Amino acid sequence: MPDTLPENSVGLVTAQTMHFDVPLALACGRSFDNYDITYETYGELNSDHSNAILICHALSSDHHAAGYHSMEDRKPGWWETCIGPGKVIDTNHFFVVCMNNLGGCKGSTGPASTNPETNKPYGPDFPIVTVKDWVESQARFTDKLEIKTWLAIIGGSLGGMQVLQWNIDFPERIKHAAVIAAAPKLTAQNIGFNEVARQAIMHDVDFHDGRYYEHDTVPRRGLMLARMLGHITYLSDDAMREKFGRELRQGKISYGFDVDFQVESYLRYQGESFVDRFDANTYLLMTKALDYFDPAADFDDDLSKALSHAQANFLVISFSSDWRFAPERSREIVKALQNNNHDVSYAEVVVPHGHDAFLMPINDYLDVFGAWMGHLVKEVSS
Amino acid sequence: MSTFNNKVRPDLQTICEWIKPGSRVLDLGCGDGTLLAMLKKERDVNGYGLEIEISNIVKCVNANVNVIQADLNAGLSDFDDNTFSYVIMTQALQAVERPDRLLNDMLRIGSEGIVTFPNFGHIRSRLQLFFGGHMPVTKTLPSKWFNTQNIHLCTLQDFETLCADNKIKIVQRTVVDHNHRSSFLMKLFPNLFGEVAIYRIQRK
Repeated sequence: MPDTLPENSVGLVTAQTMHFDVPLALACGRSFDNYDITYETYGELNSDHSNAILICHALSSDHHAAGYHSMEDRKPGWWETCIGPGKVIDTNHFFVVCMNNLGGCKGSTGPASTNPETNKPYGPDFPIVTVKDWVESQARFTDKLEIKTWLAIIGGSLGGMQVLQWNIDFPERIKHAAVIAAAPKLTAQNIGFNEVARQAIMHDVDFHDGRYYEHDTVPRRGLMLARMLGHITYLSDDAMREKFGRELRQGKISYGFDVDFQVESYLRYQGESFVDRFDANTYLLMTKALDYFDPAADFDDDLSKALSHAQANFLVISFSSDWRFAPERSREIVKALQNNNHDVSYAEVVVPHGHDAFLMPINDYLDVFGAWMGHLVKEVSS
Repeated sequence: MSTFNNKVRPDLQTICEWIKPGSRVLDLGCGDGTLLAMLKKERDVNGYGLEIEISNIVKCVNANVNVIQADLNAGLSDFDDNTFSYVIMTQALQAVERPDRLLNDMLRIGSEGIVTFPNFGHIRSRLQLFFGGHMPVTKTLPSKWFNTQNIHLCTLQDFETLCADNKIKIVQRTVVDHNHRSSFLMKLFPNLFGEVAIYRIQRK
């Protein structure tokens, strides 16, 4: 908990919630009559609404991208590294918006919300939502904010996929697009990891077919395992070696199944703390949205065709040690953009940290990102 | 990728004059993006630079030049056949692992290639090697033999032989010194007096 808030933080922030009552048809064929979207904003919207930047969040994050909710918060928002006054996404110049996606567990309508048809929590009855559905809901949200065009839409990982979808579905509403540590679709290996995570959750005896809210339980062990597995894949072999090596917790091995190695302790801690802040049904939904994402499928499996109408100026960034969303996947995006003669710059940052590098203060990464954002500052200042 | 003295780029102005306005250009080893920025401004080209150094990527982004981080030694398989009007490579040919493969790849992607390199057959290099008995160190080739990135230095004659062997047509050749001057002697004996060679090449 900070005694005083850092000067380059957006400081104390409060989430807001917006209600929507125009039915939203989903890709799965079902629809929402009513839903809520929870979001946060940082910085001031200028008079002609031309300085707005949308941040799209990844699998396990939410609308709380920067700042603190209270002085008691142990940690700031998930992208404090990049969002704040004087930072790469400079809130002195931009109006930054981040919303919790539908199906989330931090305020927007999700599996723990009450199903108006049954007056019970949705649980497993919550419809499967896709990246395309999210982007549609984000576009409606954009209308309500009276923002015609986003100066930029920015996202990492699953967030980067939403940025791509925006450029396919609403190309005229985006001027700049940053796609970081993302992919145009998941590989079989990636889907495999997600499936193991889902099985861990669904096989927990406390899961109760997703109706655990009604049983007043939480599938803790399953969600914890899912997170532990995910966490390993977000780090690189080198990063884990550097961070933990084979360091022992008690200095000697115990010849038992309790925690011997620091890495075990770390993973258990990560898993347990995740259970306290995340909902298992949301985790299932988000991993499905990841698996299903394949925008080229509607365009003869041709990503270039899918992105042919994009108008934005793109920045694509990948990280050398990211094996979950490898640089090759980002290069597919770059190739599709250059096939269309779109403006794009691409950096492949050499780092040992793996996928999670996109959240970290890495100089080369922030230098490229900052240089690109610098043009946006000029654009809104002129 | 460029290992040439960056203060003096006698080749860039010549290239700029050769490029047709509105062309689509790929610049291999684009450095800080100087040439692309210049071509964008003076020739209204669009295109991309490829560059390996992250510090140069930052400079290109700052200069509002489209840049893609890539290692030329890994090949150009991300680029389809006949998709650019010009593929340019300034002062990088001598630093890549297989100049011959890269030249062929350039002409697979672009209808025309423009290549510049320091001429190792220049009289100063020859004199240093002949009389000094050591590998030449000159204004255009400032590094020592053990720390130079220039692993495939060649003369004009070597380059033209390589082109002939690979069925590459030389459309135009210019040689200049490090101040972008040409002279009577250079025209008469380019392989002896030209410091920097600039070639336009096409597939035969």
